[in-house]
Amino acid sequence: MLRERYINLIVLALLLVVPAHAYVTGEPFTVTLATRAVIFALAGVGLNLALGQGGLVSFGHAAYFGVGGYVMGILASHAQNYEPILQVPFLIEGTNAMPVIWLVAIVMSALLALLVGALSLRTSGVYFIMVTLAFGQMLYYFTISWPAYGGEDGLSIYVRNQFPGLNTLDPIQFYGICFVLLCAALFLVDRINKSPFGLALNGAHQNEERVQTVGINVYRVRLVAFVISGAITGLAGALFADLNRFVSPTMFSWQISGEIMIFIILGGVGRLFGPVLGAALYILLEHFLGGLSEYWFIYLGAILLGVVLFAKGGIIGKLAKREVSHDG
Amino acid sequence: MSLLDMHGITASYGASQALFGVDLNIDEGQVLALMGRNGMGKSTTIKVICRMLKNTGGTVSFAGQDISGLPTHKAARLGLGLVPEGRRCFSNLTVYENLYASAQPGVWDFAAVHALFPRLQERGDQFAASLSGGEQQMLAIGRALMTNPRLLILDEATEGLAPVVRQEIWSAIATLKQTGDLSILVVDKTLSELRQVADQVVILERGKSVWTGSIDALNTETTDRYLGI
Repeated sequence: MLRERYINLIVLALLLVVPAHAYVTGEPFTVTLATRAVIFALAGVGLNLALGQGGLVSFGHAAYFGVGGYVMGILASHAQNYEPILQVPFLIEGTNAMPVIWLVAIVMSALLALLVGALSLRTSGVYFIMVTLAFGQMLYYFTISWPAYGGEDGLSIYVRNQFPGLNTLDPIQFYGICFVLLCAALFLVDRINKSPFGLALNGAHQNEERVQTVGINVYRVRLVAFVISGAITGLAGALFADLNRFVSPTMFSWQISGEIMIFIILGGVGRLFGPVLGAALYILLEHFLGGLSEYWFIYLGAILLGVVLFAKGGIIGKLAKREVSHDG
Repeated sequence: MSLLDMHGITASYGASQALFGVDLNIDEGQVLALMGRNGMGKSTTIKVICRMLKNTGGTVSFAGQDISGLPTHKAARLGLGLVPEGRRCFSNLTVYENLYASAQPGVWDFAAVHALFPRLQERGDQFAASLSGGEQQMLAIGRALMTNPRLLILDEATEGLAPVVRQEIWSAIATLKQTGDLSILVVDKTLSELRQVADQVVILERGKSVWTGSIDALNTETTDRYLGI
């Protein structure tokens, strides 16, 4: 029987070896594909905290992904044009420094998640799904009608943002940045999952009342988890925009929310590495099946159906031969 | 000194009234047995104490504080530790995680809980779902103790357990009583065991407290009349 931690190590090793090999053998496109997978995995790790650990079926995580993307787009475009974002009452200028952009993306998406979570967590079930979806769609239509930043056409950034000491235009170096951030997020989520906070979040997934009877404010626990979840997904959005050097309202669309959820379901809901494996698999399917037919989603649907019906713990759950301890 | 004081409690599930006037008082360090036949309002009374159900009338105070308006988690923080009926541990967490998730600072820590129930230490890495019924009950009690309560509420703690395991649970309750720091509200039907640990008894009938007194004063006539024992 393969144990989950060995599977996680194998996934991690593949994420190191495959792009490195592709880079050495002169296949930068494969490195870009791997970067895309790692960024999507990061978004999935964010959602997995809310969905897998907390049982919060958010169908609006594209909102945080999009906010992260637009933070990058707005800051970088102003840095590019040498035009301040705001002059009155105080001066705010653009920047092309990645760490600053990440920090702003994390803060802005966390603030949005705080607002969305504060309202949506007062509901449950289908109403929770609808409230989260509604916020995502509101932002989608807002950005479409926001001509200052490209409206429906989106916003192009001509030069990738900078990270001190690295050449971010080199695919493998940019990949390295994304990989390190993914590892940091995985470490953070793992620590959270094992903390009393994470255990309470998991317990509330099973029975809210029972958690309250041991003196824990379930609403607050869920809200904090939702905010952290949104912040991680926002960081992924900023990286995604940097990868493409382009942001558009599509980043806010419900399809993105659905895709992030698919990564998690494919890999294993509540599994630490579930979204990582899921995102990698999704990118592989998109690349190979997408080359065969433009209707590749039909095959993806069939695979997803198979996973849901025959592998409740996702692919990692099936390989580990043990249902997840944290998926309820 | 009175720790829990309930007076004239009425409560309803929607339009259906379940409690019609419950009076109950527990002193510091006292063990009180809440008795009554099935459906008489014992679990509803516990829900009102733990603020899982709002009382529609009467007053409920804990440690001198009116807790009527408090949500469940705030009432629990004051020192109410519940061992719910049917055990109900967090099945997909390990024994260690179940205890760790509930831990609050105080005398009841891992060492103290493991001393009371050594089997919980042996089973630390096992998922709660994989434990036997008795072990799950020990875990449920351990989890409540880890919150360092002032009042431990045991709702049908020995129901459905094998006689040997039941005896273990009763021994643990007796040990808890000996500490003297903890008040205990125990809901159970086994009078012989209750006589070993309880100081006071409150009997409910049709959602109303109909008999209150010391366990020694509980005679056959009363048990025949209200409990059908």
